Amino acid sequence: MTWFASPSEAVTRLRQTGYLSDDAIATSVFLAGVLQKPLLAEGPAGVGKTQLAKAIAEATGSDLVRLQCYEGLDEARALYEWNYKKQLLRIQADDDAWDDIFAEEFLLERPLLKAIRSDRPTVLLIDETDKADVEVEGLLLEILSDFQVTIPELGTITATRRPFVVLTSNATRELSEALKRRCLYLHLDYPTPERERDIVLAQVPGIAETVAEQLARTAATLRALELKKSPSIAETVDWAHTLLALGREVLDEQTVSETLGVVLKHHSDQQRAAKELGLR
Amino acid sequence: MIDRHIGFVHALRETGLPVSLAEGLDAANALRHLDLADRQTLREAYAATLVKRPQHREGFDVLFDLWFPSTTQGPPKHRDDDPEDLRTELAGLLAGDPGRPEFRAFAQAMVERFGQVQAGPGRQSWFSFPVMRALSPQTLIARLLGERGGLPEKIARQRVTTNIAAFEAAVAADVRRRIAEEQGRERITRSAVKPPIDRRDFLRVTKAELAEMRREIHPLARRLATRLSMKHKKGDRGRLDFRRTVRASLQSGGVPLTTHLKPRRPHKPELVVLTDASDSVAGFAQFTLLLTFALREQFTKVRAFAFVDTVDEITKYFAPGTDVLDAITRMTTEADISRFGRTDYGHVLRTFEERHASALTPKTSLLILGDARSNYQPPNTEILKRLTEKVRHAYWLNPEPREQWDTGDSVASGYAAIISMHECRNVHQLAALIENTDVGG
Ligand SMILES: Nc1ncnc2c1ncn2[C@@H]1O[C@H](COP(=O)(O)OP(=O)(O)OP(=O)(O)O)[C@@H](O)[C@H]1O
Ligand SMILES: [Mg+2]
Repeated sequence: MTWFASPSEAVTRLRQTGYLSDDAIATSVFLAGVLQKPLLAEGPAGVGKTQLAKAIAEATGSDLVRLQCYEGLDEARALYEWNYKKQLLRIQADDDAWDDIFAEEFLLERPLLKAIRSDRPTVLLIDETDKADVEVEGLLLEILSDFQVTIPELGTITATRRPFVVLTSNATRELSEALKRRCLYLHLDYPTPERERDIVLAQVPGIAETVAEQLARTAATLRALELKKSPSIAETVDWAHTLLALGREVLDEQTVSETLGVVLKHHSDQQRAAKELGLR
Repeated sequence: MIDRHIGFVHALRETGLPVSLAEGLDAANALRHLDLADRQTLREAYAATLVKRPQHREGFDVLFDLWFPSTTQGPPKHRDDDPEDLRTELAGLLAGDPGRPEFRAFAQAMVERFGQVQAGPGRQSWFSFPVMRALSPQTLIARLLGERGGLPEKIARQRVTTNIAAFEAAVAADVRRRIAEEQGRERITRSAVKPPIDRRDFLRVTKAELAEMRREIHPLARRLATRLSMKHKKGDRGRLDFRRTVRASLQSGGVPLTTHLKPRRPHKPELVVLTDASDSVAGFAQFTLLLTFALREQFTKVRAFAFVDTVDEITKYFAPGTDVLDAITRMTTEADISRFGRTDYGHVLRTFEERHASALTPKTSLLILGDARSNYQPPNTEILKRLTEKVRHAYWLNPEPREQWDTGDSVASGYAAIISMHECRNVHQLAALIENTDVGG
């Protein structure tokens, strides 16, 4: 399947879902499609990594299958598991059922298997890969290299159509070299003020352009301070929603001091910002 | 194109960017699907296939510009306007969007106009500094800010300083392009690419680089904390986890084939940091201190002491939730760490032993930070020996390259005979040390 015809077509179609790309996003998304390689999107929290996968699914009319990673995630949760309760019940009911209990009806399909077996166009989002234990990377490597799974009792299942795979990471740890080599890499970072203004305009209907501009400029100024947690795009978007709800039409000093808590979550960050920006 | 592709990949490897064979092929493959005339797409295609760490991106871009110089916009328009008019034009650009093509075109025209100077007898070359001197963008800031005051001024200032940096970068890029054109790109490849921020020497970083490094502290601390807690867990096998074992046994028809053990409570050390705070090692000391406090959850307790020629406890300035820059300022202005301002390790060790020896217990990891340059004062190595005997682990991190130990007034190996001393020149080495030694338990 052709996912996107060219980088510029990717820009247009992502834009229609409200997602704003740039050269790096459009090119890597296009290439991940034509080269059939997984795309690893890495960067700080709230810069649109998860949203990118959702936008790709929406733009291409695909299903989105999401594997949320966490500490302790294992094959049984990521790939498949036998439903042993159901198996036990069957055996209790019928002593001769031993041969039947490793069949489709007892299989619990997890996201990876689901994405491989699907015959619809599918975007597989492996979210927050860095939260999973290192062992999970081995499993991912295996699956992502040939898109097939061997279930001893059922045989080998090969993807009839390869899913579009997006992995995301917050870089709380470095993913293995082997996994990175297999993927195309996209570093998502805080945007330029020009781009952030456009994102706010796309995400928050009804916000005035001047306010969007001021928000983006103020966010850039906050990010230049040495804060524990810099405001992300998600927080700028929240900020815009807040201003809209409050009916504010300019982002003056008073409005900033009143609403700073929306963008800065640490008390020490709020204090530093207030001091550096001369707020009271 | 194929030759250029191979040359480019080779140059990337030469500057330390690890490109595997398979990745090189991925890039070549990608090119088949792209409009090669679109330079930005080409750049991003190479980046997506070859650059898998953000720290490598800056060097990658420098090389890309050398190997795939932009050809679309012919020679820059020759500008012989009055310099004051040029400054006015620059001011206009600095107040706008640096992504506009005019911005770069202007930078190139300015290199053409001012960038060529005598580099030696009878030899001309291209430089950034005469361009920046002629236009002096810093002196435009006041004009651009006007009399706003308060928040609007802060925001405008942020914009102008970012744009000045962008202008400088555009000038530098054009200078490199011209040098490559005249003298061959091989000549400039190596000197043009700075090592990534985590490999730059602590002892030679600029103020701006130090700020950039500090911004890495929290992400780095998060990464290290994850690794350290993984390490804590791995070594410890605890009691049987009955529930998990039974649950797992269902898969094998009730036979407990795999046993699951409860993780034992991880052992966390107490950390005592004793740091040289003199100017010569200030950048290194600050970074390392901030990092250890950012990692405080990995330790039962962290206490820190700073010294120049006398020593004082500085833990209180780093209380949870305090702002890092405030902490550093207060440490240098309020703490009693300097009498005559010349580092004296021997005296410091004595004072530390007299006043603070009780901080050291058999559960402590002791971390000493400094260059062991003691202005030819007696080193008092026997005191260091007594101190290390009180603790569980003791390490000394020295920001100087190993070749410079013992030169001049350095007494590094005198101390290194007693305590395990490690070269710690950059963020990369520091992270590796915390991860691979027993500092982190
Ligand atoms: N390029 C973009 N175009 C439109 N909206 C965006 C873009 N980037 C970010 N956003 C906005 O930011 C929000 C947060 O993005 P998202 O949840 O994808 O962040 P994330 O990078 O996955 O963060 P985390 O690491 O916390 O999961 C999105 O819901 C969207 O509103
Ligand atoms: Mg996310």
